[in-house]
Amino acid sequence: MCVKRVPQVGGRIVITPDGQDVETRMSGFAISPHEECAVEEAVRLTQRLGGTATVLTLGPPAAAEQLRDALAIGAGHGILLETDGREWGPIATAAAITDAVRRKAAAGDSLGYDLLLFGNEAADTGDYQVGVRVAESLGWPCATGIKHLEVDGATVRARREYRGTGETFEFGLPAVISVKEGINLPRYPSLPGRLRAKRAVLEQHQPQWSADGLRKTGLRVPAERRQQATVLGSGPDAVPALVQLLDELGVLR
Amino acid sequence: MTVLCLVELDAGGTVAAASLRGLSLARAHASATTGDPADSAPPPTIPSGPSGPSGQLAAAVFGAVDQLPLGTLGGAGVSDVCAVPPQYLDGYAPRAWARVLAELTARHNATAVVAAATDRGSEVMAWLGAITGKPVAANCLSAQRSGDGMYQLVRQRWAGLLLEDAILESSPALLTAATDADLGEPAAPPPMAEPAVHLHRPGLTEADLAVRATETADEGGGVSLATARVVVGGGRGVGGPDGFAPLEELAGLLGGVVGVSRVVTSQGWRPHTMQVGQTGTKITPELYLACGISGAIQHMAGCGSAKHIVAVNTDPAAPIMSRADYAVIGDLAEIIPALVAALKERG
Ligand SMILES: Cc1cc2nc3c(=O)[nH]c(=O)nc-3n(C[C@H](O)[C@H](O)[C@H](O)COP(=O)(O)OP(=O)(O)OC[C@H]3O[C@@H](n4cnc5c(N)ncnc54)[C@H](O)[C@@H]3O)c2cc1C
Ligand SMILES: Nc1ncnc2c1ncn2[C@@H]1O[C@H](COP(=O)(O)O)[C@@H](O)[C@H]1O
Repeated sequence: MCVKRVPQVGGRIVITPDGQDVETRMSGFAISPHEECAVEEAVRLTQRLGGTATVLTLGPPAAAEQLRDALAIGAGHGILLETDGREWGPIATAAAITDAVRRKAAAGDSLGYDLLLFGNEAADTGDYQVGVRVAESLGWPCATGIKHLEVDGATVRARREYRGTGETFEFGLPAVISVKEGINLPRYPSLPGRLRAKRAVLEQHQPQWSADGLRKTGLRVPAERRQQATVLGSGPDAVPALVQLLDELGVLR
Repeated sequence: MTVLCLVELDAGGTVAAASLRGLSLARAHASATTGDPADSAPPPTIPSGPSGPSGQLAAAVFGAVDQLPLGTLGGAGVSDVCAVPPQYLDGYAPRAWARVLAELTARHNATAVVAAATDRGSEVMAWLGAITGKPVAANCLSAQRSGDGMYQLVRQRWAGLLLEDAILESSPALLTAATDADLGEPAAPPPMAEPAVHLHRPGLTEADLAVRATETADEGGGVSLATARVVVGGGRGVGGPDGFAPLEELAGLLGGVVGVSRVVTSQGWRPHTMQVGQTGTKITPELYLACGISGAIQHMAGCGSAKHIVAVNTDPAAPIMSRADYAVIGDLAEIIPALVAALKERG
């Protein structure tokens, strides 16, 4: 599964003075909730069906922390595609991930990966495309936004909701699946898991950066829409005022 | 110049609300805007450039030809409807839909292709980007042509918590339009005669059809979180799985549903389908009554489009207080049952 190190955003997003990045001096880093679920799903699948779950990230050397978090939960192997801290676009990211997948298949120690799990979208860029691009360059089938996954022999059955209707996709392995939060409830790492993760040796590569055709010129915080709330009162005494308000808003039936 | 827009239809055959957003981003005829589109919230546009010819807006629609919502499409400024009827391609197949867009782009010589950033729209545009090798700019609020094959974009990042200014250098430009942005109502387009309908028969390969959706009937059947008129929100302050009964009763009285924060779903108190926020459902009710919810930005990313927000919270300094319109300070375990009793008494 592929995960991306992004700043952990708390109550407020602060932008660096040059307007180019999210301020991270006061915050930690994490992977997106969708990707946490991808990691959990991969660990469950390998526990049930055998095999190894490999976690891969493309990012700065410090992204090893996110690999170790996944190893602590039960992934068996970690790959760091190391960057110099520059922002990579989805085309370049997908190309580097595709190379890593091909490298594994070419290594000859096995037949390569059967299933690539992605998050539906990265928390920071929300590009919604790296998984699809990898699928296209490998010629593998792909489903996105998945909330329920079954692997049965060499067949995957993946389900999602679309505007109140269920959509099921069924195809053969190898395949690419992007998952959404809600597919499972990720576990917390155990102490032995953490120790194992700390000692694990990571595989490392340095892929070549390339421009993507979409260039960020700056970031900004959108103008706040709301002001301080009007306090109707405290405790149950405020209920009559609340009822009157609901009436005025036209939501009482 | 021609802009091509993927238009999704609702079950009843009407144009999906999100696609109207996509159309307004794509509308080549809309008056060129000046100033900062994201802050002052005029309609998002792709103007045809200072001296450009008046543009054409083509819509790609998958559906039966005799049921196309031509009135709505014409009203949204569409000049040409490229229809792929079920006998050519039935149901949803993401790569095949992208193939259709690629073919229509070539046929109409389109300079930009736009889809609403729905699950389907985003997925189809990702495939279009993948099969053409072109970049896709996701979640755009505005796109101004600044030169040949150059676009000045404003797009959402961090699920709308941040805006990015960016330059897209690509022809055609592939864009998805943010669906939940607080853009105000799109301006009415110039009146358009009924659009011309072209049937399109795609040339699809086996690989284009390798992934196809099988649709299963509506689950649940009740009021859905995404479209409910009233949502009663419950967060950590509800205290546990058993604390939701009064909230559910209140939602029932108001003809609404209960939505919850991520704390509630990650504790397993309620299923993830009820989560509101960045990684849950985005809601757009008349009223959001947020009980025991602190108002974290990732939560607000899912309810910021609520018409009115009322907070019930013990902490007068909680972040939700600066996002809500009204607030009641106090224990929700006392306030909500009292509210339920008062509403029942009113009858
Ligand atoms: C990438 C990412 C994505 C996320 N996506 C989502 C998402 O989709 N949705 C989401 O909700 N969160 C999301 N989160 C989590 C989010 O940051 C917050 O942790 C979460 O929303 C907090 O939930 P809460 O308000 O219920 O809990 P808390 O923040 O703990 O707030 C509880 C509130 O209840 C009040 N309270 C306590 N007792 C009572 C009482 N008896 N009566 C009244 N008030 C009381 C407290 O004063 C407090 O304000 C995401 C986080 C990340 C990093
Ligand atoms: N730098 C990265 N390293 C590893 N995986 C990534 C990276 N960027 C994106 N991904 C994966 O691709 C998914 C979709 O990302 P995006 O297309 O950028 O929204 C993410 O949820 C990750 O699973």
